Amino acid sequence: MMNSIILSAASRLLVALLLVFSVFMLLRGHNLPGGGFIGGLIGSTGFVVYAIARGFQATRETLRVEPQSIAVVGLGIALAAGLMPALFAEPLFTGQWMFLGGSYEEGGIPISSVLMFDIGVYLVVFGAILTIVLALEEEV
Amino acid sequence: MASNGQDVSRIFGGPAGWISVALPFALFLWFLQFVAPVAAGEVVIFTISWIPSLGVDLSMRLDGLSLTFALLITGIGALVTLYSTTYLGGHLHYPRFVLFLLMFMLGMLGLVLGENLLGLFVFWEITTISSYLLIGFNSDSPKSRRSALQALLLTGTGGLALLAGIIMLGNVAGSFDLSEILAQGDMIRAHSLYVPITILFLAGAFTKSAQFPFHFWLPNAMAAPTPVSAYLHSATMVKAGIYLMARMNPALGSTDLWFWALVIAGGFTTVFASVLAVRQTDIKQVLAYTTLMALGALTLFIGAGSSDAIKAAMLFLVVHSLYKAALFLMIGIVDHQTGTREAGVLRGLARKMPITFAGAALAAISMAGIPPFMGFIGKEFLYKAGLGLEVASLWVTGTIFAASALMFVAAGIVAFRPFFGPLADTPSPAKEGPWPMWIGPLLLGAFSLGFGLMPHLAESWLVAPATWAVYGDNTVVVDLYLFREVNTAFILSMITFATGFAIYLVHARLRDALGRIFHANPIKFDPAWDRILDGLKALAAWQTNLLQSGVLQRYLFVVFATLAAAILGTIWFKDVAISVDVEAQLDGLLFKHWAVLVFISAGALLTAYTGSRMTAIASLGVVGIGVALIFIMFSAPDVAITQLLVETLVVVLVAVAMLKLPQLDPPQKRDRRPWHAALSVLVGIAVTAVLLAVLQVDFDRRLTTYFEQASWPDAFGRNIVNVILVDFRAIDTFGEIAVVMVAALAAYALLRGTYYGRKDSADGEDRT
Repeated sequence: MMNSIILSAASRLLVALLLVFSVFMLLRGHNLPGGGFIGGLIGSTGFVVYAIARGFQATRETLRVEPQSIAVVGLGIALAAGLMPALFAEPLFTGQWMFLGGSYEEGGIPISSVLMFDIGVYLVVFGAILTIVLALEEEV
Repeated sequence: MASNGQDVSRIFGGPAGWISVALPFALFLWFLQFVAPVAAGEVVIFTISWIPSLGVDLSMRLDGLSLTFALLITGIGALVTLYSTTYLGGHLHYPRFVLFLLMFMLGMLGLVLGENLLGLFVFWEITTISSYLLIGFNSDSPKSRRSALQALLLTGTGGLALLAGIIMLGNVAGSFDLSEILAQGDMIRAHSLYVPITILFLAGAFTKSAQFPFHFWLPNAMAAPTPVSAYLHSATMVKAGIYLMARMNPALGSTDLWFWALVIAGGFTTVFASVLAVRQTDIKQVLAYTTLMALGALTLFIGAGSSDAIKAAMLFLVVHSLYKAALFLMIGIVDHQTGTREAGVLRGLARKMPITFAGAALAAISMAGIPPFMGFIGKEFLYKAGLGLEVASLWVTGTIFAASALMFVAAGIVAFRPFFGPLADTPSPAKEGPWPMWIGPLLLGAFSLGFGLMPHLAESWLVAPATWAVYGDNTVVVDLYLFREVNTAFILSMITFATGFAIYLVHARLRDALGRIFHANPIKFDPAWDRILDGLKALAAWQTNLLQSGVLQRYLFVVFATLAAAILGTIWFKDVAISVDVEAQLDGLLFKHWAVLVFISAGALLTAYTGSRMTAIASLGVVGIGVALIFIMFSAPDVAITQLLVETLVVVLVAVAMLKLPQLDPPQKRDRRPWHAALSVLVGIAVTAVLLAVLQVDFDRRLTTYFEQASWPDAFGRNIVNVILVDFRAIDTFGEIAVVMVAALAAYALLRGTYYGRKDSADGEDRT
């Protein structure tokens, strides 16, 4: 933890900015550079900066949830996305697609088990990095 | 053990209790419907397509042998779980017990129903693990824990041998399916790998079924709660080895190796165990050794291999399961109600516990082989098969004679002596147990009597189909009868009774004499096992000290040296020619490429020469960012973004971790540096060489083309990298994120562990 007022103030903005950006990267990932892995890395970067500026205690309070729980939930979401095709009698981890409001050509919004899987990846990466960083900060 | 007061608090052990009874009972009823088709000689095979893309199916095979086992497992299972509801229902960890027991039951069912040998192995190991948990259920007691570990290590080692045998057999037969393997018996027996396969299979079966010299774990396993002993160590798990030998008999049997291995080991176990049984004073131990004897006899007769012998083995299998489970349950009631299992203490219980006595008597008469019980038929057929053998007839008949006589004695010790005579004082006053406890022994005893009176039922339902499956021939006539004529077997039976009765009269003195002999005997298997374990531990400690120095620098040195050696060695031995057209390569370089090269080299040099950790970490980050720039130049934005982010986070992580560490070694202490420099140059050369070698080969664009074409129509995505990650190869990604999570949790545990440790020691200092 550093006693820098500038960093401390900036980190609050950075967390919000980076979180929004990370979700943006997550969602565009299927067609443009990005995806769950990159999104998770960006999202966690914000909190890493926050932890450096304000210490692990404040970061844990801001997060509200233990980061290791986030990682476990993420893995569970990814698994659920992988198991979902079994409901439709298809091999596991087959992507399931649905287009809200018409087919894709008609501008329907794609919702898929693939996106759900990517969200799982995002949460695992996000949670895993923060688990390690916060535990390290606490220890040192 | 649960006291009577605790039993009342939770009738039938709560939901865990009735589920545990309902499941095996329902399965038992379900299996009953197959009795008729299987008795008609049919083999029922179910197949559920499991992972069709890998050709893995979940198949189930129901023939006479597996059906007999399945009925015993579920039938006795239902009685044992019912019994446990009162025996252990009040125990704090009763639900856990139920979980282990049901896990074991399903493992055992999978084992006997498995059509695929690899599946069979998986279930084999499930029974090993669940039996470890069950034997060690009273985990407070060091004796339980030791016995559990001993059983696990011994049967687990046998399991590994079995796996090796299965893989070899699968390769020889070209399939892991039992139907195909069993049909190729002649080819397998003629194969050059037959001998190792047989030895490996027998190693698995002998350890699991506690054949000499692996017998010692079974009596120790009696540390388990009594229902477990009744279920695992009499009727089911220890018979898994018997099942395996019986199952593989058509493929591996009827050779000299098979015959002599089984006949010698089985016969020796039979006699050895029945002598030891008479020596015990704890009734449960008496039963444990008679179980060993039964397992020996089954091995002996499967090995003998004639149709009569297989018939006798299958009959005895059913006979033994019925009476042994009943007797174990009975001794559990006695123990539960009186607080002791010592043969010397228990007397005159018949009047106080009449129903328990009835169950015990029914089972024990069958065990003693007295007509009209099923045990008598079993013994007659064992004799008849032994006398009919062309080779080793005297050995087989002799061992069975000795064992049967001693079985008679054991039956007297277990079920006659404790119930007659004047009532003796016991730690708690004797009274009849509740009905869920005595119903099991009573029912099993009734079956022993019923099948004895109506042998044709046992024959057509169980013994005949099982014999067909083991002998591999549906035409064998199994004709069970109680009595037909006075022949050699019948006369032998009568002599057995006389001998047994005579020994029973002097058994107390015999026990003391045997005790002295065994005490003086220098060869003891159980302590020898401890010495083997000690030796293993010493070996592990020695090699760990040798390899694990605990110095990070040394580990890294070894890792990178291995990397360089592996790459350069491969290039050297494969004789890869690397030719580089240096001028043509340099011509293509633009200014930005040179700039990145200088950037990365500067970072690397700074890392090597700086004296401050922070500078080293930051300059290492510079190298990483340089690499990311290369990715960007060659249009791999996803990889570049990931590289940049990871690099940033690594710098932060390492910086946080290393803030508290001292400066790097001062220059005068850097005497290992030349070595490190030499190694890094070597690794650099190796990696460069391998990259050049890779670039010489034409780039195979098949995968790229496929993903470029399939990504949009199949997966609605234009970013191929991400589509591969989350869709085409999603299962790989899932594995990776699971690893990421486990790594994070491990790091967390490691860091927090040391944190709490330090806090505790600090508290300790405060107090002193």
